[in-house]
Amino acid sequence: MFAGILIFAASDLPYRGDPDNLMHAEESITGTTVKGNYFIKNAYRDTRTPNMVTVVLGDYRSIDTFGEQVVIYTAGLITLLVLRKTRRRRA
Amino acid sequence: MLDFFLGHYAYWFTVILLCIGVYGILFKKNLIKKTIGLAILQISVVLYFVSIASKWDATVPVLNPDFPADQVANYLNPLPHTLMLTAIVVGVATLGVAFTLLLAIYNRYETLDEEELIEKLQ
Amino acid sequence: MRRQFQSPIVLLGARLLSPYIMVFGWYVIIHGHYSPGGGFQGGALLAASVLLIRVAGGRRVARLQIQEFATTPLAVIGVVIYFATGLVAMAMGGYFLDYSALPIPGMEPEWLRYTGILIIEVGIGLAVMAILVMIYDNMVRGEDYA
Repeated sequence: MFAGILIFAASDLPYRGDPDNLMHAEESITGTTVKGNYFIKNAYRDTRTPNMVTVVLGDYRSIDTFGEQVVIYTAGLITLLVLRKTRRRRA
Repeated sequence: MLDFFLGHYAYWFTVILLCIGVYGILFKKNLIKKTIGLAILQISVVLYFVSIASKWDATVPVLNPDFPADQVANYLNPLPHTLMLTAIVVGVATLGVAFTLLLAIYNRYETLDEEELIEKLQ
Repeated sequence: MRRQFQSPIVLLGARLLSPYIMVFGWYVIIHGHYSPGGGFQGGALLAASVLLIRVAGGRRVARLQIQEFATTPLAVIGVVIYFATGLVAMAMGGYFLDYSALPIPGMEPEWLRYTGILIIEVGIGLAVMAILVMIYDNMVRGEDYA
């Protein structure tokens, strides 16, 4: 039933791949600028890098990427600490 | 009708994957299987984001001199791709943490079944 | 791992494949500007080449490649490369992680951003590789001491 409700809700979504969708538009409903088109237009001009995903990852959203790297570093530290504590108690 | 199907089948498949994940989390007794359900749910969300980034007749977001960047309909939306790129890596790291915790639980209680675990906890 | 069996054929195949996977990982990191790729994917490939040796040869062989205690400093180096890039840019008068303020002489701001992205991709790749190897090592060790 849960699946039925979700499939019914998904049928109301806009068509996949339509370039006129709201998330591909220049401005959202409330009038703010949607960033996707800005990235496509200005990525090469700003950084001389053809790969837009790299530009968004490394330049426009670099602080997000930094936080994400800190997150995976913390995950590595958690594995280290949890399993080391187990070893000390057994020994 | 065919147009409607072609426009929505990706959403339906992600919904089915999401339901499989939720079923795994809610109804499976083994903790490893619960974790696998969590991973499937996460993959469904990733696939959903990638599918809403698509445009017909567009190419990957790597600049090609044959397609001018002024017409944004030539390229896929790069923002969901970037978000999902970080989400996949965070997913791998959190999966590692989850398995580490499961390993610690197994080392201490020597079971991974939920009901046995509750019995041993009391 | 509690019980290991030695198989020379598997070990030989892993030894044959592992350097090429590592080279391809660096290729993916460095060419992330011009083709699909980047720090995360290249880091995952580097981790795959290291983990292949570890799975095939066990701990005694793996000690010859990247030792277990070396993974944590590698992860720290990766994070510090990223953070130091941001700090140097901030010390030179720009914003945090504003690559156009990096102190490399004779470059336009666009090419400075290009270089900055390359530096942080290397940092991301090192950190991802070290952390995946670290998770694997710790899980194997935790299983050993059960």
